[in-house]
Amino acid sequence: MDDILISTLAATLRMATPLILCAMAGLFSERSGVIDIGLEGKMLAGAFAAATVAAETGSPYLALLAGIIVAILLSLIHGFACITHRGDQVVSGVAINITAVGLTVVLGHAWYGRGGNTPDLSPEQRFMPITLPGADALRDVPVIGLVYANIISGHSLITYAAMLLVPLVWFLLYRTRFGLRLRAVGEAPAVVDTAGISVVRLRYSSVMVAGLLCGVAGTFLSISQNATFQKEMTAGRGFIALAAMIFGKWRPWPAFFACLLFGFLDAIAIRLQGVSLPGIGHVPVPFIQALPYIFTVVLLAGFIGKAVAPKALGLPYIKER
Amino acid sequence: MSARPSQLPRWIEIGLLPILNVLLALMVAGLILWTIGADPFDAIVILVKGAFGSGYAWGYTLYYATSFIFTGLAVAVAFHAGLFNIGGEGQAVLGGLGAGAMALAFDDILPAPVLVPLAILASAVFGAAWAIVPAYLQAYRGSHIVITTIMFNFLASSLMVFLLVDVFRDPGQMSTQSRTFTEAATLPEMATVFSWVGIKIPSTPLNLSLVWALICCVLVTVFIWRSRLGYEIRATGLSPRAAIYAGIKPAHVTLIAMAISGALAGSVGVNEILGVQHRLLLEFVAGAGFTGIAVALMGRNHPFGIVLASILFGALYQGGAEIAFEIPTITREMIITIQGLIILFSGALAYMNRPWVERLYLRLTASPVTEAPVHG
Repeated sequence: MDDILISTLAATLRMATPLILCAMAGLFSERSGVIDIGLEGKMLAGAFAAATVAAETGSPYLALLAGIIVAILLSLIHGFACITHRGDQVVSGVAINITAVGLTVVLGHAWYGRGGNTPDLSPEQRFMPITLPGADALRDVPVIGLVYANIISGHSLITYAAMLLVPLVWFLLYRTRFGLRLRAVGEAPAVVDTAGISVVRLRYSSVMVAGLLCGVAGTFLSISQNATFQKEMTAGRGFIALAAMIFGKWRPWPAFFACLLFGFLDAIAIRLQGVSLPGIGHVPVPFIQALPYIFTVVLLAGFIGKAVAPKALGLPYIKER
Repeated sequence: MSARPSQLPRWIEIGLLPILNVLLALMVAGLILWTIGADPFDAIVILVKGAFGSGYAWGYTLYYATSFIFTGLAVAVAFHAGLFNIGGEGQAVLGGLGAGAMALAFDDILPAPVLVPLAILASAVFGAAWAIVPAYLQAYRGSHIVITTIMFNFLASSLMVFLLVDVFRDPGQMSTQSRTFTEAATLPEMATVFSWVGIKIPSTPLNLSLVWALICCVLVTVFIWRSRLGYEIRATGLSPRAAIYAGIKPAHVTLIAMAISGALAGSVGVNEILGVQHRLLLEFVAGAGFTGIAVALMGRNHPFGIVLASILFGALYQGGAEIAFEIPTITREMIITIQGLIILFSGALAYMNRPWVERLYLRLTASPVTEAPVHG
């Protein structure tokens, strides 16, 4: 029983990694007032770019860089449409998602002819699990050693980065000048503008940070958790991350815990396949997979506290003339 | 997107600018083809031939177009009320479920003339019901309809997986699909319909749903521009605050617009489940809900424009299949890419070209010979 619990908890961290990265990405963008439905598309494009570059160059670090660059480029398109041309932010996000689904398969098939998949990667080309110092020595120590060696140790670099990201984002948002301005521009852009700070520049930079994080998330999926890119491999995780961000009411720590919860549900869903629970019987897996979405709808309906979005979210800023 | 006072004539506003946007999208698509080493012009020839070159090709093109008319209308009706219904995909799944459940329950009891209208009605009711929940949550509990409809898309597919695995699965089958309906629960193919009057056309998936889609176009036109409720919907979409002063209840309008939108999206089930598949299965919607967004944007939310845009997208789907067959480096997903680009250029970047077109137009028309600007 303990083994199952431990492996489920370890899997939770793995499942939560892309969610955390994307949720923090969405947080940056939406706190600055730009809706980010396109998390999914940016993550998918980043995953594809990373897998391709890893296969071509053999370097996971170059792959990470490629994933980030591609996702930032998509962010810039989003910014160009929503910030510069004041286009509809939701429509732009939807366009990015759909284009990414199509383009990754088109390019992947044209380059490798495997129906959209990229070539399989060897361990040297990927971010592999890292054994933390002392993990093996402590393995036999009850409780602490067990937890350290089996749950905390043994994840990839990107997972650890995602965990460290959360306090960093919190610090950036709540303890720095940039963070203060970022939050202000999402609530009252006119005030920020009056103070002589460029709304456009702030929004572009936060949208680009969002792209960066989505790129890392995509890289994790294709070259760390998996060893190849498969078509539509993000499988709705961008939307789950969006749900987690809303569930966390646009705040980093609650969003992080929502990601852990959703990651846990994912880890359980895999284990429950075909298992009959005592007392409950056969639990339909689709039901567990649907839980994050149900939670979010219930939260949004205000039944478990009101989620208040940034005030200027979705509104293009028009400078008074 | 605040409407600026336009100095442009209508033909530029609703004709030239949308066409420019679509051309830009197609140019980018051409560039993509060129980068992967395919000749864009070859591709166009194959596409046009594959989509319109024969009666058979036309049949498939119009069959795809039928679903897109339904989802395009669905997105448009919601748009008129100022709502972005991104949940067409889920509503279509539920529509198919409604039609399929009706067919499975009654196909050996009721005759076709009774059962088919009932199944069509069920698809509309199920689709509407799936759309009404997010509408209610937006209208009365303040949750954002875009987020809830996205969540409802996922919920719909989870529900369908559960029902097909645990409830509707044909016990004799390994795959997750229901048993095939009897003859009583199927919409006849157009080829069959035409043969009744002695005209022979090739047998394709094109079925009577097309007629129902065109009827829906007429109904939506009359409803939006000629009815009191349609007026209230448009007024709310243009300015919810002004609508309140005019005695309109936006919450009420949200519910009605989304119910109609969901019913239209649900009708995809009529085309796919009753018209073609004749059994309940997973993923029969195949992205039609999202294509509806592109169709509505291209068609400028007007049923006539939507029919034209649907035929274009039908042609892209059918011609795209031919391209994928003829040119091995190109896959069908190219259509999805084009779809995304069209949504980007005609939706998010809709006004990008306006400034320079306006400048150009003013320069061309302001020549002293034709019409001098009056300075007071």
